[in-house]
Amino acid sequence: MADLIKVGMADLKVANHPAVLTTLGLGSCVGIALFDQRKKNVGLAHIMLPTSTIAREVTNRAKFADTGIIDLVKEMKVLGSDQRNLIAKIAGGAQMFAFTGASETLKIGLRNSEAVRTILKEMNIPIVCEDTGGNYGRTIEISSEDGRLMVRTIGFGIKYL
Amino acid sequence: MPDGLEVNALSCFQLDVLREIGNIGAGNAATALAKLLDKKIDMKVPKINVMKFSEVSDVLGGAETLVVGILLIVQGDISGSLMFILDEQSARILVNILMNKSHNAKLEYDEMTLSVLKEIGNILAGSYLSALSNLTNLRIMPGVPDLAVDMSGAILSVPAIEFAKDSDSVLYIENEFTDGQESVLGELFLIPDKASFKRLLHALGVV
Repeated sequence: MADLIKVGMADLKVANHPAVLTTLGLGSCVGIALFDQRKKNVGLAHIMLPTSTIAREVTNRAKFADTGIIDLVKEMKVLGSDQRNLIAKIAGGAQMFAFTGASETLKIGLRNSEAVRTILKEMNIPIVCEDTGGNYGRTIEISSEDGRLMVRTIGFGIKYL
Repeated sequence: MPDGLEVNALSCFQLDVLREIGNIGAGNAATALAKLLDKKIDMKVPKINVMKFSEVSDVLGGAETLVVGILLIVQGDISGSLMFILDEQSARILVNILMNKSHNAKLEYDEMTLSVLKEIGNILAGSYLSALSNLTNLRIMPGVPDLAVDMSGAILSVPAIEFAKDSDSVLYIENEFTDGQESVLGELFLIPDKASFKRLLHALGVV
């Protein structure tokens, strides 16, 4: 059984095979799991906001989709991964509170997911599957064995992507 | 103090003032709760916490713990939102007292329960905000509450994201109410937008 490595909010981690990376309770945040199909390295980031350009200063790059994904890929390369072998799976981006006429802030989940898709596309990393949107929280786990992403929710149980 | 929400840069004195607001607000909320439940309600001095995002998932028994979150939009002289979080046990106790059921009755999240919880959130948040309003002479109006029952990490991410725009930490106030036997623990997050946070501290005379 591989070690279970926890990735916190506004945090990112990578690991060589064998490893399982997890992040708990994604709400509007988005979890980006990367898998290297050749070397079986895995990486996971838990971003909170779509872009670092809205911040006055960036003290934690893992907080934003743009800087976070760049750093995650960089760390995968340090582990020996070739960017061309990476695939991505993403989850989260929910809208936890369903206000009518929701303000910009409350639609942040949607904007986070969109930003993540755009950035991964720019980096030519394919998103092979995703579980985003809705109004519920998700816990995810990426296994280096086969790159399988487990998504756990309170209302809908467990599914694998 | 710059115009942003620099939670990390708050001085001890400013935190003291915020704790005092929490105290007065929670006192008001306890009174409202006592009226609602027709019971004597005591409260402990609220704890005010500045917490890193990485620690957010550790409060309330872990990121996957089921909690009840109630969110209100705040408008008027300051704008932002107010979030009130109850752990499942506290929600159960409050709902059961209000519905005249035994304390241990299992909580079913049906329409009735959700509406009772929303009303509790409404009353607590309303009394909290009116205390704040009286103290600062600012006009502060709560909106209609919305409710979510889900993983604490997912619900806490809503206030955390709001703080994340300018800070690496979250500011929250922990309130504990008790009727002598059962204790009800609630977390309160006041999330003023950037300009409002400064206006709030200014109205309190601490910047």
